Amino acid sequence: MTTLAENRTSAGPRGVRVRRRGVTFKPAYILVAAWIVGVLGPYAWTFVTSITPPNELGVRSSNLWPQHPTFASYIDLLTRTPFLQYLGNSVFVAFGTVATTVVFSLLAGTALSRFRFRGRGVILFGVLLVQLIPAVLLIVPLYTELKTLGLLDSKIGLILVYTTFALPFSTWLMKGFVDQIPVEIEEASLLDGCSKFKSFFYVILPLSKSGIAAAGTYAFIYSWNEFLYALTFTSSNSSRTMPVGLQQFVGENTIRWEFLTSGGILAAIPIIIGFMFAQKSLVAGLTAGAVKG
Amino acid sequence: MSEALLEKQAAFAARRKSRPWQNVQPWLMLAPTIIMLIGFVAYPAVNAVYVSMTSTNLLNPKAARFIGIENFVRIFQSQEFLGGLRNSAIWTFGNVAFQLTLGMCGAILLNQKLKGRAIARGLVLLPWATPSVLVALMWLWILDPNLGIFNRILSSIGLQAAPVAWLANPHTALATLMAIDIWQGIPFFAIMILAALQAVPSDILEAARIDGANAWKTYWQITLPLIVPTVLITTILRLIWTANYFDLALVLTGGGPANATLTLPLDAYLTAYRGMDFGSGAALGIIQAGLMLVLVVFYIRRIRKSDLG
Repeated sequence: MTTLAENRTSAGPRGVRVRRRGVTFKPAYILVAAWIVGVLGPYAWTFVTSITPPNELGVRSSNLWPQHPTFASYIDLLTRTPFLQYLGNSVFVAFGTVATTVVFSLLAGTALSRFRFRGRGVILFGVLLVQLIPAVLLIVPLYTELKTLGLLDSKIGLILVYTTFALPFSTWLMKGFVDQIPVEIEEASLLDGCSKFKSFFYVILPLSKSGIAAAGTYAFIYSWNEFLYALTFTSSNSSRTMPVGLQQFVGENTIRWEFLTSGGILAAIPIIIGFMFAQKSLVAGLTAGAVKG
Repeated sequence: MSEALLEKQAAFAARRKSRPWQNVQPWLMLAPTIIMLIGFVAYPAVNAVYVSMTSTNLLNPKAARFIGIENFVRIFQSQEFLGGLRNSAIWTFGNVAFQLTLGMCGAILLNQKLKGRAIARGLVLLPWATPSVLVALMWLWILDPNLGIFNRILSSIGLQAAPVAWLANPHTALATLMAIDIWQGIPFFAIMILAALQAVPSDILEAARIDGANAWKTYWQITLPLIVPTVLITTILRLIWTANYFDLALVLTGGGPANATLTLPLDAYLTAYRGMDFGSGAALGIIQAGLMLVLVVFYIRRIRKSDLG
């Protein structure tokens, strides 16, 4: 124990005292704390507002914490407004998008990682560039296209559009993860008599679990948060998603702050849970995606 | 044993050559992705070019006719377009410059050996994963002229005499939107740069330290050159993304007051869906895509330098 402590404080290479790690107080802690407060502040304030009774909201009082905190606006929101339906639509669309995105991008990523064929470079590049097309360019023709297909104001239509826009990044993500699976394992399974198909199911699939988690989380966050297409392509409560629903509470003359804030907190919960759950693999994929596209 | 293995391997290689199936398989696996991209990206993109040259109006779609470049001529002559271009430039470069600088500081901060660093990293990333509408509405409430906490704080510490309507004042509206976007965008940069920082080999840094370089010198001469490629690609990607992003303005200001927050893509959207003028909306979208092409070319050249696939 003493030797350990001594080692940590012992003289450095040039006789300089090496600072002990994690014991000395660093000003960096204050900066990190300030940063976290700046990030979490708006969420905290939204939460405080959501438990403030509406009659206290209109008063410009000096105390920040409500005198009679209540969850009444949550109950009102879920029982008196169609918000629950919006949440249900969002969940449906998000899961549909995640399922199709994961399957399609796993197939495409594996093909791009494991096969060398003519046109591979073009596909890799094309997939990369698709991400850079402005949404506003596509939104007008997509509107007419969905109208022709009878997919306007439909959850299926949203799933198709979201899958398309989640696919490029997810495909690159999957390719990166499959690249890391040693080819030897796959070859061994082939030599042992597996078909390519079987080896995909028994080797690639189980080994790319973290890739699937990352692509799935990405598709979920994208679909859950997407606003522009949802706003433009839906017009009835049966297909409106949560972001559009939230925006509905901003009326022409009045803004229902109690609904906006409680709805916002409910909307943020799945994101926070999903994000904490897959943060590591998502960040790994994001940063790999930045270097390679 | 090994002979049998070799035989099997040879047979496998022969089978591979003899079966054209091997060339079809990757395409079959790619097919769903390619079909989706053609159906919902390539086709509408081509269609946008056509629509931009018509007088398609949502109120009377039957009356649409081909008018060539008339939409473009009218747009280029309008005052609104020039203002939109200016706002777009301020919005895009201003936001990314601040996000890059503050994100870099954040990354260096998180790269220190701190207790609870993993938790801090997760927490600061939260805004990035938050729905844009929720971000917009949280700040709408905070910045509310009469009831918002921001004005209350300012007046209680004596910085402000009368409440400011941050989003309704033409002088502050764009800057306010930018501040919100910067708040949401810093974590993205911080995490990207942090990953690059962590990939810098520690023995090089150690060697520099032993050779007597101080922290500042080590950063400028060793760390920075090593992370520049990542920073550049992240910056270009973010420029493209920010230039195309208009959810905040759509929800919070709708381009107003007095077009102070009207960027080019927002103009395109509003022209199409508020003005019901699909032709001009598509034309503005084409112009936006054309401007983006400059950034995309930069991006491609950077990507070409790093290894692809």
